[in-house]
Amino acid sequence: MSIRQAMLALLEDGPMYGYQLRAEFEQRTGSTWPLNVGQVYTTLSRLERDGLVEQVDGEGADHAADEGGHVIYRVTQAGRVEVSEWFTTPVPRTQPPRDELAIKLALAVTVSGVDVGTLIQRQRSATMAALQDYTRLKRSGRAAQPDQPEDLAWSLVLDALVFDAEAEIRWLDHCEARLRRAAVDGSGVRRGTAAPDVAAGSTTTPTTTPGSAR
Amino acid sequence: MSAPVLHLDGVTRIHGEGDTEVHALRCVSFRAHAGELVAVMGPSGSGKSTLLTLAGGLDQPTRGTVRIEGEDVGALGNAGRARMRRTSVGYVFQAFNLIPALTAVENVALPRELDGEKSRAARRLAMAALEEVGIVDLADRFPDTMSGGQQQRVAIARAVVGERRLILADEPTGALDTDTGEEILRLLRARCDAGAAGVLVTHEARHAAWADRVVFLRDGVVVDESGADPVDDLLAPEVAR
Ligand SMILES: Nc1ncnc2c1ncn2[C@@H]1O[C@H](COP(=O)(O)OP(=O)(O)OP(=O)(O)O)[C@@H](O)[C@H]1O
Ligand SMILES: [Mg+2]
Repeated sequence: MSIRQAMLALLEDGPMYGYQLRAEFEQRTGSTWPLNVGQVYTTLSRLERDGLVEQVDGEGADHAADEGGHVIYRVTQAGRVEVSEWFTTPVPRTQPPRDELAIKLALAVTVSGVDVGTLIQRQRSATMAALQDYTRLKRSGRAAQPDQPEDLAWSLVLDALVFDAEAEIRWLDHCEARLRRAAVDGSGVRRGTAAPDVAAGSTTTPTTTPGSAR
Repeated sequence: MSAPVLHLDGVTRIHGEGDTEVHALRCVSFRAHAGELVAVMGPSGSGKSTLLTLAGGLDQPTRGTVRIEGEDVGALGNAGRARMRRTSVGYVFQAFNLIPALTAVENVALPRELDGEKSRAARRLAMAALEEVGIVDLADRFPDTMSGGQQQRVAIARAVVGERRLILADEPTGALDTDTGEEILRLLRARCDAGAAGVLVTHEARHAAWADRVVFLRDGVVVDESGADPVDDLLAPEVAR
């Protein structure tokens, strides 16, 4: 994640010290991507090394100061250029971020002994529970009636989480339907491992398919 | 905990017989309490509408019992079930089932009038319900002069008019754009927060997410449920704020 650019962008609005930067960041993003203060200071010192920020009041201030020291940073001209480039360049899609679930499923349908139906259902339930949480946060709390720009930002971040979770559930539904069809046709994937046998009998919990016991 | 408003106990529904036998529901148990909104999700043909028609007393189970506020719906008889549908149960059908010869407000007022309410009072309640779904300006239009989404909102108004203890909605957001769909969810949610029990059938995860519980159906069986307890501690600080 681009903590570096985010810090620079926040400093464009005025000089700040580490704690403030973290607070401003979380004001806009909730605690979706929690930052610890150590990370903030490490980032700031790298930015300083690269000439993108500078200390406002350098004399006497301890470089590693936290609480008491309050070293205040401001963005340099080079830093402004970097922020502007960040905002005018699209986030690259050429290298999709590693998607653990897609990788897990790709392996589950090919490795023997995995109950893919149960895997899909467990994931769907878990993702649905997260989606319920996001929705609760959206309809109550400061995202529900955003009157500050920071609250609107947080509500948009929540929307991103909602869309992501929704897309994941749709993809899981799609995988399940395709695997069922493949199992019926007896084509595509290896029999007995990939058929999502979630509806066998009249059980109330997903059961292990007989063919996938080992 | 108080008795559920809706309680399906070991409910099986078989359509047809012999070779053409279809097990639409297999021994399903299901509850919805006052103040609770429950979503039902599942692929096409998994039994969602069947569950809802049984819950609304529009169809009878092959085995098992359906109780509404403790009353066995099967034992009520046709007249009793009809009264229950006019007074305590609101139903939004997958197809909206509006009466073409009646205007929007007359459609919404109908259940109240059938229940013996004076037509002035029924109309007042109907206008309030139309207001809630945001189409009070269409009150005097006929269904065939309205868009699909507008007709759907009339159907929703009809389901929530007056004091309904149980609201059953089959894909109520189907013909609506995302914003209007969200408004409908807000309305259902508000009715449940005010004490009604709600059951919402939907294909849309983002709509199911408004519910307290999400029940997953597959081939007539409840396979899983995603609970009301927040599981995502990543958001805990925000909740505490
Ligand atoms: N009157 C009927 N006669 C025979 N079979 C029926 C009847 N009603 C429903 N079924 C069958 O029962 C099963 C469940 O149907 P149901 O309408 O409950 O599905 P659903 O989950 O609501 O699907 P959808 O998402 O498409 O609306 C289906 O296989 C359907 O064909
Ligand atoms: Mg249906």
